[in-house]
Amino acid sequence: MPEVLVFATLNGLVTGLLLFMLASGLTVIFSMMGVLNFAHASFYMLGAYFAYSISLYFGYWTGLILAPLIVGVLGALVERYGLRRVHQHGHVAELVFTFGLAFLIEEAVQFFWGQDTKNYQTPDLLDFPLFTLFGQEFSAYRGFMLTISIGIFIGLYQVLTRSRVGLIIQAAISHPHMVANLGHNVPLIFTAVFGVGTALAGLAGVIAGPVLTTFPGMALVLGSIVFVIVVIGGLGSLPGALIASLLIGLLQSYAIAANVGMPELLELLGLEFPRSHPLDDLWTLNLAQIAPVLPFLLLVLVLIFRPTGLMGKREQ
Amino acid sequence: MVHLLSLARACSRFLSIFLIILAASFSAQARAQDSEPVRIGFMDPLSGPFASIGTSGLTVLQFAADYLFNSRGGILGGRMIEIVPLDNMQSPTETQIQFRRAVGEGLRIIFQGNSSAVANALNTAVTRHNRRNPGQEILQLNYSAVDPILTEENCSFWHFRFDAHAVMKLNVLTDFIARNEDIQRMYIIGQDYSFGHVVAETSERLLREKRPDIEIVGNEFHPIGQVKDFTPYVTKIVASNADAVITGNFGADMVSLARSIIDSGLDIPIYTFYAAYDGITATLGADGKNRIRLVHNDSANPIPTEKRKQFYRDFKAAHPGRDVTQPRLAMALSMLVQAMEETGGTDPYELALALEDMRFTTLSGEEVWMRGSDHQIFQDLHVSVMTDEGIEFDADNSGFGLYTEHFVPAEQTVMETSCEMRRPRR
Repeated sequence: MPEVLVFATLNGLVTGLLLFMLASGLTVIFSMMGVLNFAHASFYMLGAYFAYSISLYFGYWTGLILAPLIVGVLGALVERYGLRRVHQHGHVAELVFTFGLAFLIEEAVQFFWGQDTKNYQTPDLLDFPLFTLFGQEFSAYRGFMLTISIGIFIGLYQVLTRSRVGLIIQAAISHPHMVANLGHNVPLIFTAVFGVGTALAGLAGVIAGPVLTTFPGMALVLGSIVFVIVVIGGLGSLPGALIASLLIGLLQSYAIAANVGMPELLELLGLEFPRSHPLDDLWTLNLAQIAPVLPFLLLVLVLIFRPTGLMGKREQ
Repeated sequence: MVHLLSLARACSRFLSIFLIILAASFSAQARAQDSEPVRIGFMDPLSGPFASIGTSGLTVLQFAADYLFNSRGGILGGRMIEIVPLDNMQSPTETQIQFRRAVGEGLRIIFQGNSSAVANALNTAVTRHNRRNPGQEILQLNYSAVDPILTEENCSFWHFRFDAHAVMKLNVLTDFIARNEDIQRMYIIGQDYSFGHVVAETSERLLREKRPDIEIVGNEFHPIGQVKDFTPYVTKIVASNADAVITGNFGADMVSLARSIIDSGLDIPIYTFYAAYDGITATLGADGKNRIRLVHNDSANPIPTEKRKQFYRDFKAAHPGRDVTQPRLAMALSMLVQAMEETGGTDPYELALALEDMRFTTLSGEEVWMRGSDHQIFQDLHVSVMTDEGIEFDADNSGFGLYTEHFVPAEQTVMETSCEMRRPRR
């Protein structure tokens, strides 16, 4: 059992921190523009596909640097020439715009890269087990993912709280007019933040592509969960996003590892049902089976008991 | 102003209904003509997360129609086959909508394969439609959905299956596993829906019969298409000390699962149904060599006849980026055409009667049999390994492909059926 616990924790951390890279961009963009970017996970997918194509010609490492940059520029362009124009028509229009954009990107990816799974592999340099514990290998690539994600969090946090740029961004989030009156170019700040946010999503895609497989449905699989994290963490809160990401990563990982479910619960209560019982599916349900649904359950609970999210400050 | 508008709208509605009726009567007249193409529906996911499987099936069917029949003067004395794609996004709800569309367009034959849940929904819709609209029946040709229920409890006169069902395949697969004395501890993992459950229950039952000494150390379900990372599941597989895995996963769930197993350094055989083609072989090929095995029909390597080799080569010339992923589509189409030629028409009732107990020789030279009592096909089954040795026809242009290791002739795959078919009267 200890090996399961150790690896469940490691896996949870890897997934959680990967989710954080997506959620951090989304939550900052939300707090700035007041709108959820439905296309955020699509930029994650674009990152993976760009990196795949670049890696075919220049190798993995070039892709790691170039792909997020391309995605970031693309994101900035979308903000500058798309979202900003739609912005005048209110939040609903923006929401619909990003929603449509998500579909557009998915179709574009299928158009250019096809519908098959892409053979996007981890670089040879990291293709070795970092350590072997209880007979199971922890690949160096996963260690690399972990390092990058932690690095991004620390860097982001430092920039936002310590640097001048970060202070202006924070000010622009809460008091955009004041910041504009002080002579700062608020629209430019918005574009830059949107670009950086999407670049982070792209980076997440680049490093996740080889392990979580690169296919046209990858945005869909991750998309909904990122919104859950942002809402649970509290809209606009970076530490909240981190806590929620880790919480969900670990929750899922532990739930899968746990060998408990309804049968154990019933046994504890001294109840027993025959196999022919109409609710047999319910009585035989175990935790692992519903693990991927747990975040949504958590979302409902958080919305009921703490509608602002764990660390959210905004009351609307 | 408002009145005027609504008046105009009502007028245009009348006009459009009138036009539709006019068009319908014209097309009814046209249908009587012999040069009209034979239109066949192909309903499978052509967009969304499972699009790659549906699209590759469509490509194979379209190619087979052109290559085998249209380029040789058509069927029924010069009529062309036209394949009409219907995108059901692999959702039972969307399937109902597309089925309505197919009925509206006058399609009478529908190919469908992916997802047993969808096949069941379509089966119900077709059966109901045919009962209510005598003379306007629809024929469902299932080329890939392998939940046994479709030819057992829910068997229908209007449904034909051109693939071995899951229990038949598992029977072959477990025979093969039982011969391997090294396997002592088996882990079963699958998607949480009808087919995944059939695989789990049947493998457990068959292994217990054939090799009581094999311990089932895990029997796990995960939601279909929802899992981002399979590593937590693999941790459990490692902890269970399993020395082999059985899975019915397909698409991205298959790739991610195998990827995670390989990445964790677990060197055990993986027995699957669908771990090849559509990018899967390219992604897993080198790491999955001699580890991933599939149970399937129609040997991919070696191919026994020159005829089928030529079919593959010409397909590859026309679609360099694709593979003949499901050769049984060509078989199903050829059997359908044979039934059409025999009956001299395209009436689904007559076609169904002609297909019953049809014996047909495929491009590979195998004789297949469509059982009349439950509309289940019987053909040779193969267990193949993923490798790059002895591969003449690879998958995904990767150099890797499937090589037959074990083969069971059609007559040995025959199983009893519990089907009590309600046969329509005419």
